Order: sequence, then structure tokens, then C-alpha cells
Amino acid sequence: MINASLTELRAALDAGKISSVELATLFLDRIERLDPSLNAFITVDRDGALEAARAADARLAAGDAGPLTGIPLAHKDVFCTEGVLTTCGSKMLANFVSPYDAHVVSLLKAAGAVSLGKTNMDEFAMGSSNENSHFGPAKNPWDTTRIPGGSSGGSAAAVAARLVPIATGTDTGGSVRQPAALTGVTGIKPTYGVVSRYGMIAYASSLDQGGAFGASAADCAQLLTAMAGFDPRDSTSLERPAEDYSRELAAPAAGRPLAGLRIGLPKEFFGAGMADDVRAAVEAALDEYRALGATTVDVSLPNAQLAIPAYYVIAPAEASSNLSRFDGVRYGHRAAEYRDLAEMYSKSRAEGFGAEVKRRILVGTYVLSHGYYDAYYLQAQKLRRLIAQDFQAALAGCDIIAGPTSPTTAWAIGEKSDDPVQMYLSDIYTIAVNLAGLPGLSHPCGFGAGELPVGLQLVGDYFSEARLLNAAHRFQQASDWHLRRPAIAA
Amino acid sequence: MSRNDWEVVIGLEVHAQLNTASKIFSAASTAFGAEPNAQASAVDIALPGVLPVLNGGAVERAIRFGVAIGATVASKSVFARKNYFYPDLPKGYQISQFELPVVQGGAITIRVGDGDKAYEKTVQLTRAHLEEDAGKSLHEDFHGMSGIDLNRAGTPLLEIVSEPDMRSSAEAVAYARALHALVRWIDICDGNMQEGSFRCDANVSVRRPGGPLGTRREIKNLNSFRFLQQAIDFEVQWQIDTIEDGGRIQQATVLFDPDTGETRMMRSKEDAHDYRYFPDPDLLPLVISPEWIARVRSEMPELPGAMKARLVAEYGLSAYDAASLTASKEVAAYYQAMLTAADAKPGSQLPKLCANWTMGELAAQLNRAECDIADSPVAPAQLAGLVQRIADGTISNNIARKVFAALWNGEGGTGADAADRIIAAQGLRQTNDSGAIESIIDEVLAANQKSVDEFRAGKDKAFNALVGQVMKASRGKANPAQVNEMLKRKLEA
Amino acid sequence: MSLSTEQVRRIATLARIELSAAEAEATRGKLNGIFGLIEQMQAVDTTGVEPMSHPQDVAQRLRPDVATEPDRRDAFQRIAPQTEAGLYLVPKVIE
Repeated sequence: MINASLTELRAALDAGKISSVELATLFLDRIERLDPSLNAFITVDRDGALEAARAADARLAAGDAGPLTGIPLAHKDVFCTEGVLTTCGSKMLANFVSPYDAHVVSLLKAAGAVSLGKTNMDEFAMGSSNENSHFGPAKNPWDTTRIPGGSSGGSAAAVAARLVPIATGTDTGGSVRQPAALTGVTGIKPTYGVVSRYGMIAYASSLDQGGAFGASAADCAQLLTAMAGFDPRDSTSLERPAEDYSRELAAPAAGRPLAGLRIGLPKEFFGAGMADDVRAAVEAALDEYRALGATTVDVSLPNAQLAIPAYYVIAPAEASSNLSRFDGVRYGHRAAEYRDLAEMYSKSRAEGFGAEVKRRILVGTYVLSHGYYDAYYLQAQKLRRLIAQDFQAALAGCDIIAGPTSPTTAWAIGEKSDDPVQMYLSDIYTIAVNLAGLPGLSHPCGFGAGELPVGLQLVGDYFSEARLLNAAHRFQQASDWHLRRPAIAA
Repeated sequence: MSRNDWEVVIGLEVHAQLNTASKIFSAASTAFGAEPNAQASAVDIALPGVLPVLNGGAVERAIRFGVAIGATVASKSVFARKNYFYPDLPKGYQISQFELPVVQGGAITIRVGDGDKAYEKTVQLTRAHLEEDAGKSLHEDFHGMSGIDLNRAGTPLLEIVSEPDMRSSAEAVAYARALHALVRWIDICDGNMQEGSFRCDANVSVRRPGGPLGTRREIKNLNSFRFLQQAIDFEVQWQIDTIEDGGRIQQATVLFDPDTGETRMMRSKEDAHDYRYFPDPDLLPLVISPEWIARVRSEMPELPGAMKARLVAEYGLSAYDAASLTASKEVAAYYQAMLTAADAKPGSQLPKLCANWTMGELAAQLNRAECDIADSPVAPAQLAGLVQRIADGTISNNIARKVFAALWNGEGGTGADAADRIIAAQGLRQTNDSGAIESIIDEVLAANQKSVDEFRAGKDKAFNALVGQVMKASRGKANPAQVNEMLKRKLEA
Repeated sequence: MSLSTEQVRRIATLARIELSAAEAEATRGKLNGIFGLIEQMQAVDTTGVEPMSHPQDVAQRLRPDVATEPDRRDAFQRIAPQTEAGLYLVPKVIE
């Protein structure tokens, strides 16, 4: 059961081979046993999970079960969950029990999914390693001395170690795709606006997007189908008909199921900076895609190298403003000692935020401040336009774009934690996708040195999630990288 | 040097609370006077993860304002964040409009002063933009702390910014009054100044006539026209004194203290703010279609300026009367209802009579009773019924005052014929019977030979005394015009 | 470009984040590293490029003007650091 796909779990639940309570208990016990060495969870909600599982069993008995009814999952701790601690990985919210549910949480609750708890993350989703969590770093199940990636490191590690079959995440600059790659799972970030941001604690509003983790593209498709959809409470949520992201997966696997698919390979993603072991795995995966019938074409994203600087202006600028609400007045951390209002603010915020969050707030404050706005924020927004246009030009000549998700495999805990710039550069291949607002997916495509997973990133045009998932699914039907499990999960 | 050596330059920023049912970015109620924080929703208190969605009703009102002042209603405008920390500002930023406001330009014509010295002036508007209000800090002592009520947070505001076109506190007050009348007229703001629905900030500077603009100081949050006048007058004198004493004006934000009549620097604004405006990424550009603007235009009531012009052109009212009658929505509505009820045709004396009675006896009585015209015990149709009797000679103006007093006290019932009932019940009908009047005149002449002699000796005043005696003898019911004519004939015979 | 310690202190004040002298100095070093990365942007000529605020070119959706929010003050204030009589308490506000 632990390694079963969602389809298999569904079948088992529907056939009464296992109850939802039994399934939840199975995974909760696994969390209890394995999480002390992984730190993938900030909160495990056993009581809430069992209650939800009992309700799911009642629905099953009543013949009222949907695709996710009774399926255990976990939420990144960036999603507000009513009555359950929602920390966002921060001391600022270490005691914050949300009085409301995020839209994604409500949707999954309504679907009957059973939340086991809240996963670890970089504080306020700012980080690429999960080391910026107030609750300590989550560990990579493939090597617990290594980072699982970030910021959704806890969700990725939990799925990789099969502490939970699927998990939610958010992706502002690669925070779903990069940890998926580094932990050997599949993760998708849809088109900006497809998943409601209501109740998702904001880091950078114009870039943040909810996403899904699963062992396979098929599992991700099912989770995404349940998470996505128009939400009138989010002005940036797109009014589109609901989509079944699994719809293309059911077609039987032909010999060359990807015949006709043109995969664009941006030369900028294959240059220096990519580690040799990553390159080897990516090239082998592309060979497999060709074997499945796809063709590859060279494309270019000439402004790709500007994505990181543009991102590190736009995201901190938005963050500096988004995080102003954490002032110790209505919720969250308030300093114990202060002389006056000004000191209450500055001490509460100094104590409540970690170093990286403070750095980004300061960068953002600076780039928006008087006299610097045009040179930084406006310039970054113009570059953002150029980067988005590059993708449109590239996608005119291909159906999807492929490349490495991360330039390296998982690095050692502590290796980059004192060097923000090195940390930022690890998101070189993922960040541009958020600036453009396009959907992106990472799936396991092999292993590098030290038996560490390598991910392949697929990027498509707006609303091409189903196509990306289908391509990854065909690859996974023909390969078994996504079925490999770390030793700890055995 | 005196004050005359200085030119005063004033621009006003007015915050008009829009009278929507719900807040600008949340579905919480905007009703005034609720329990503290009972109307502060998750969005209003800025819980982590919540998001704003724009209220179409607020946009509709902004369009109405833009159309009313002849401004450009922007086809695309943008919401921006104004970042600063304050306990009554839950997000740590105010959602406002900065570079692209929804209303651009426009103008308002004001009438300043009374009588011969009255003049008209057109004040240009820079812009009007939508934004959210902040909450309130209550300064009562809670163990040395302040209490924060966020019910008002998120209430929609239209911030209306004028050009620095005003040259005196009188002009500033006239502009503020005209704006106040307009926002109520077009029903976008209740104008309740005590509740803070209409608040003025005044930017004041002084300069040598023709010289470069002086440094301005901004007086914040003036919530009555009297305070606006007092604050500007104090500030102007202070600036002149400061400069004449060799000092310099520093740009500053000040508060007016009604108790002392003085302005003082705001301590919370001492460190110059750097608001770090940027487009709010949680909101998309506000797009307003030409069809929407056309629809609002077609539904627009007649505006005060147009009504004023019509009253002058159509009914021959004086500019002063027309301005007074259109100074507020309620007075104008009363007058218009009276015209309709009285069937006041252009060219007749009725429009002017209606105007006189609205602004005269009715206004005075309402004033004494501290009653709003909308709540007047004398309905427009009732006053019209009275005025018609003056016009057709049934009663004199003097008798009409008596009838009005009776109407005010509710005599004559609630119908439009109340005046007729009072006239009949009290026998107040004017006497036009020339035989009856003649016999009264004869009696009066016989009893007042002295006045007759004086008149014949050339003293015109004596004539008036005789008229008065006749009127008195008729208990006011004799037709004064008839009395005049007959008396003159008799004396000159 | 290089930030001075004074600039770091100024933006920390604007952002309401207390920084000790030692922290300000350490932060300055890190921020200058980050700005070194950001400065690459300045080499690009973006004349005539329309700034991009949102990935999708869509207009703001409007909400009907109806008040539907219930009073949830008690639930909201349960998580507040300090309240009294329905008010959030803060150190004295001076205008």
C-alpha cells in the first residue's frame, strides 16, 4: 500500500480492501517512525486525520466517494488550515492557528482527502534548501545529510519517503520543481492563476502558484485536478472551465506514444554550470523521449540569464510589502519587551523573521524606495516581459521545452547556507518559468553521483498542464526512475 | 508688511467615503457604529493569505463622480500599494491608486461670498482615485496602551485632489462645500462629517504675488467647514509671521487643534515617509468600458450647475437665488417638487414666489427648529398650495405668514390643500370687494384728518400710514394693491 | 553599486526590523553580494519595453456590492497578542 499509486489506492478503498482510517493510520505510523530523521513535517495532525478518515469511510460506505476521498495527503505549511497550526516555517507564526482554510485546503477537504499534517518549508517559502525553516531543515530521504531542496522541501521529502502519497506545495521560483528533482519525485507548477492563492501565505504575489507532488505524473494530475479551479476570492484566479488533467493519460500506450511531440532544448539550459552527472541523466532521458517518438529542436531563451537578477528584485519587492502585515498587532509573534510602538514593531519583526527573510525584506524595501524604483523594480518588470516573450518565441517552434530542473543534485546541508548568492543560482533553470507565468513540471530522470536523483524539467505554453503531464506519464510508462525508492522508505 | 503683501495658495485633498454596502476589497459591512472589530473580516484584518477583490459598487461611484465633474474616466487604472507601518493599517500598506488614477482632471465651479461681493470661480481638479480607509486608533487609556478598531479599515474612499487654485480660506470653504453638495447630490457619499464620511486635508502655502510657489504644509483631517476655515486662517498667518520673522517654512504635515485654534506638527509623520508605491500584484488593472461610462452618464440626475443655469434661463431667477436653491440636493429637490406641485409656469410669478418662500420663511423656520429640509413638517406640495393663494390674490404675503405658521403646526391636515383649509377655517381670504374697501377707506380718512393734511402738504410718508390704517381696519384681509389704488384716487380727487 | 552601513540602517528602519550594529555590518556584506547579482540587469537596454506586472493580460474582476461577511471577531481575536473590549491593544499611538 505504501508504494501504491493513487489509482491503486482508489481501487483498494473502493473495493473495501482497506479503509480510509487504516490507510491514514498506516501513513501516520510511518511518519511517526521515519519523520524524526527526515523532519519533513512541522505538524502531524493525527486526530484531525483520523476524523477526516472516518468521514471518508462514511462517504465510501454511502457510495459518495470522489477520486480523492480517503486518500491521505499533506499540505505545505504555507496553506492556512482552520484549527491547525499554520507556521509558514517561521517563528513569526510559530503559534498561529489559522481561523480559516485556504481555498486549496477547502477543495481537498470537500473532495474527502485526508490531511495528515503540515510539511516543513523554508521560512515564508524563501529558500532553495529548506534550511531556512525555523523548525530545522528537512532532510533528503536519499541521503539525510543532504538538503531536499526548497522551499517545499518537506512535501517533497514526505512524498519521496512515502510518508504520504501526495502533497501540496507552492512554487514561486522553483519551489515545487527543484525539490521534486532533488528528492526523485514528480512535481508540477501550473500556469499562474490556475490554483487559487487564497489562503496561501504570500511570498511574491505575482509569482506564487500552488502545485502538486506525487510519485508519478499520473498522481500529480489527480491532485492538481482537485486543487485547480476558479476562485472568486483571488483576483488573479483565472475564470476557466474546470479541467481534468488526467484526461490524456488514459489512452493506451502505443509503441511511439509521443510521435509528433516537438521538444525544444534551450541552449542556455545546456551550457556551463550544469553538473556532468546531471547532464548525463538529462541527455539519457531525452534519448528516451526520442525513442518514444518525440523530436527535439534547438531553441533559445536569450534573456534567460537575466531571470535570476529580475526575480531577486521582483520577489523581494513584493515580499517586503506582503510581509508588512506581520507586525505583532493582530496575530503572530510580539516581542516580550519594548519601550514604545516603534520598538514593538522592529523587535517583533527582528525576532520573528529569520536571516534570509530579513535579507529579502531589506532588498525589497531598498529596490522600491524613493529614487531606486525605476532602476530596479521597473527595469526588472521590463526584463520580465522580455523573458516571457522569449518563451513565446521558443514555443512557436516546439510543443514543450525540456532541460534540467536543477544544475546539480542535492547538496550537503550547510554547504551553501551562508552564501545567499550561490543558493540563488541553484534556481537558474526554474525561475524564468515563474516570471513568464508558464506551467512547469519536474520528473525523475535518473541518478547522479552518490545515487542522488536527477530531475528533468518540462515547460509548456499557458494552460498546457495536461500536455506536460501526459508527456511525463508516457516517459514514466516506459521507465522506472519514478518507482525507485530511497533506502529509508523501504 | 501686512497680509495683503502675500498671496495664499491652497489645494484641497478630500476623502469622501463612498456609500457602498460593503467594503472596497471585502464583503464586510460598512455600516457606521458597530461594536469594535465586529465588521473587520479576515481581509480587513489582513490575516496571512487573504486577498482583495474589488467592489464594483465603489467603481460605479467613482465613474459617477468623474462624469459629474467632466473629468476623464480612465479606461485603465491601476491599484498600487502605499507602504507604511501604522497600527490602524493592518496590511502595512494601503491599497490606493498612484500613477494611473480612475478619474483624471475635471472642474467644479464655486460661488464665493455674499451679495455684491459674490463671485464665481472654477477650481480645476487634478484627479480622484479609489483607495481603502484605515481603521481607528482609540486613544482612551487601556493601561497606557491604545486600542485599535478595524471596522473602518477597507471602507471605500474617493480621494479628490484639487489643483492649488484657491486663494483664500473662503474659497477653500466654498470649494469644499460645493464638493460636499455634489457628492451627496450624485449619491456617492452620505457627507456625514461628524462620522468622518467627508474629510479635508488642506495644502497651504504663501508667496509674494507673482512669485514662485512657497513651501507647503499639509493640514490633515479637517472634519468641519468651520475648522477648515479656522485652520487655514491660522496656518496662513503662522506662515507669514514665520517668514517675516526671517524663518523658513519646512514641508510638514500638521494637525489642527480646535480647542486652541492652532496647527501643530504630527509626531508620527516626523520621519519623512518613503511610501514605496508599486502596483499591487494581488489586483489586476481596472478596466472601465465606454459602455459603462455611457450607462452612468445616461442615469445621471440633473447636476447642480445645470439646474442652476436652467432656473436662471427658464424661470428668470437671479444667479444668487439659483445658486442658493441648488446648494444642496435636498433644497433643490424641495424646490423642484414645489414648482411641480404649484404648476409654476415660466413667465408667471410662481417660480420666484416658490424660491422666496423656500429660502425665506421655510429656511428660517427650519433653522430655528434645527430641522433638515428633508424632514420639513411642511411638505413641498403644501407650501406650493400656499404660494398659489398668494399668486392668485386670495391672501396677502402677510396673511400667508400666518397660514405658514399654521401649516408648520400641522393645521389643515396633511394634504396639498392644507393652506386652503386654514384660510377657510380662519376666514383669512383677502377682501377684493371694492364697496367694502371703500367704506373702510372713508372711515379711516375721516378719523385721520391730520395724515390727510400732511399728505396733501407733500409728505409721502403719510400715505403709508393711511394704508396701514386701512389694512389694520380690514384685519389684513383687504387686497393691498386695491387699497393703494383706491386710496390714491380718493386723496388726489 | 555598494550599500553603506547607513543605507542598510535606513532601509531596516523603513522595514521596521531592528538591526544591531554588528548585524547591520554583516547584513551589508550579504546585501552587497545580492546586489552584485542584481546589477547584471542594468546592462540591458529596455527602452520601449512595457513593464510586466502580471503573467496574464486580464482585467480586474469586480465583486457585487453586497455585505455578506459574518462577525468572526471572537475567532480572530483568539489568536491576537493582546485585546480588550474587542480592541487590539498596542503601545500608545501618538499622532
